[in-house]
Amino acid sequence: MWGIRSGDESAMAALYDRYSSLVYAVALRVLGDTGAAEDVLQEVFMQLWRNPAAFDSSRGNLGAWLGVIARNRAIDGLRKRRPETDIADVVVSVEPDMAGDAERARAMETVRGALGGMPAPQRSALEMAYFEGLTHTEIAAKTGEPLGTIKTRIRTGLQALRKAFEA
Amino acid sequence: MSEHPQFADDLALLALGALQGEERVTLEKHLEGCPACRRELERLRGDMALLALSAAGPAPPSRSRERLLKVIAQEPRAQKTAERRSSWTFLPWLAAAALLLVAGFFWQQSDRLAQRVAQLQDESGQQQAQLERAREVVSTLTSTDALRVTLVAAQTPPQPQGKAIYVRDRSSLIFLASNMPALPPQRIYELWLIPTNGAPIPAGVFKPDARGSATVVEPPLPAGVEAKAFAITVEPEQGSSTPTMPIVMTGAGE
Repeated sequence: MWGIRSGDESAMAALYDRYSSLVYAVALRVLGDTGAAEDVLQEVFMQLWRNPAAFDSSRGNLGAWLGVIARNRAIDGLRKRRPETDIADVVVSVEPDMAGDAERARAMETVRGALGGMPAPQRSALEMAYFEGLTHTEIAAKTGEPLGTIKTRIRTGLQALRKAFEA
Repeated sequence: MSEHPQFADDLALLALGALQGEERVTLEKHLEGCPACRRELERLRGDMALLALSAAGPAPPSRSRERLLKVIAQEPRAQKTAERRSSWTFLPWLAAAALLLVAGFFWQQSDRLAQRVAQLQDESGQQQAQLERAREVVSTLTSTDALRVTLVAAQTPPQPQGKAIYVRDRSSLIFLASNMPALPPQRIYELWLIPTNGAPIPAGVFKPDARGSATVVEPPLPAGVEAKAFAITVEPEQGSSTPTMPIVMTGAGE
């Protein structure tokens, strides 16, 4: 439970303590540079501070949402492009509860288990799309595999993740 | 699962932001009209969000926390929004949103109805005008007060004349006669439609007025009969179903 009134700095500090590791880890994985990752971290929490209404609590959980925003901002930075999506447009509908430390740890374990259980080419297609922000054409060019194969790998990869949480 | 399997792969790519070009445009267009695929996209984004959890690494340096809190302290937020986690606290918001939706729906409905009413009024106004015009035409044609003048070559003695105007597709017939000779007692003129095939069809009876004028307007006729000619006979007052010879007047279509 976080009966927190936002607009309140201590509430923001509590949110930061809970989710900063996740946001920072994603940004760092994408950007591979601690300074740039810190900037994304700062930016993501500033966005939440300035526009808390952008996060719609009825449609997703905050941890997942912050993760998506961090990833998108980091990819934008990586590809040297202007932010493509407004944070208010990001709707995330996700099952596992990431609010508590224990739940988050459990969810992390499940995701890693699911990724670990995937065939290597599938896992790498998924990671290239997610952490490198590559399009399917770029992935196909990089791996030398047909477009259709890449597309299917990505879709079935996401499905496998979903299944891991449904089980 | 997607209800449109042809988009399943592309939806996953779109969730990851990995779909570009024409395929992206096509899918986004489809999404505008497909709530099922929009829902699936949301779920896929949720699945994608899980990938963030696979990133592990060192915790951010403590200076990041200080930096953020310092900036926040300098930038107090104008609008304070309560964000609570337990599901029931956003129920009032859900209810308000639902009300808004319902209100919006009715507003839209009533707007649509108002438009429809205006449209119908417009249509019925037009129909009214057409009807009035048609009435005027018919009343001019059939009025007993109407002055009917048949123009013929000069110095020709008045001749009995009939004009039949027949529209086959609508089985609609208007007949005007002038200078008709007076009838013997208990007799009536009968108009006949002579079809290209088959027996003459009764097309109304008439008695001319004192000046010899008469009209037959829209007599009951079978549908879509091709007319070769029209003819007039003199019949007993109740009319006949087959013409009694002789034919007193006849005319073929031009």
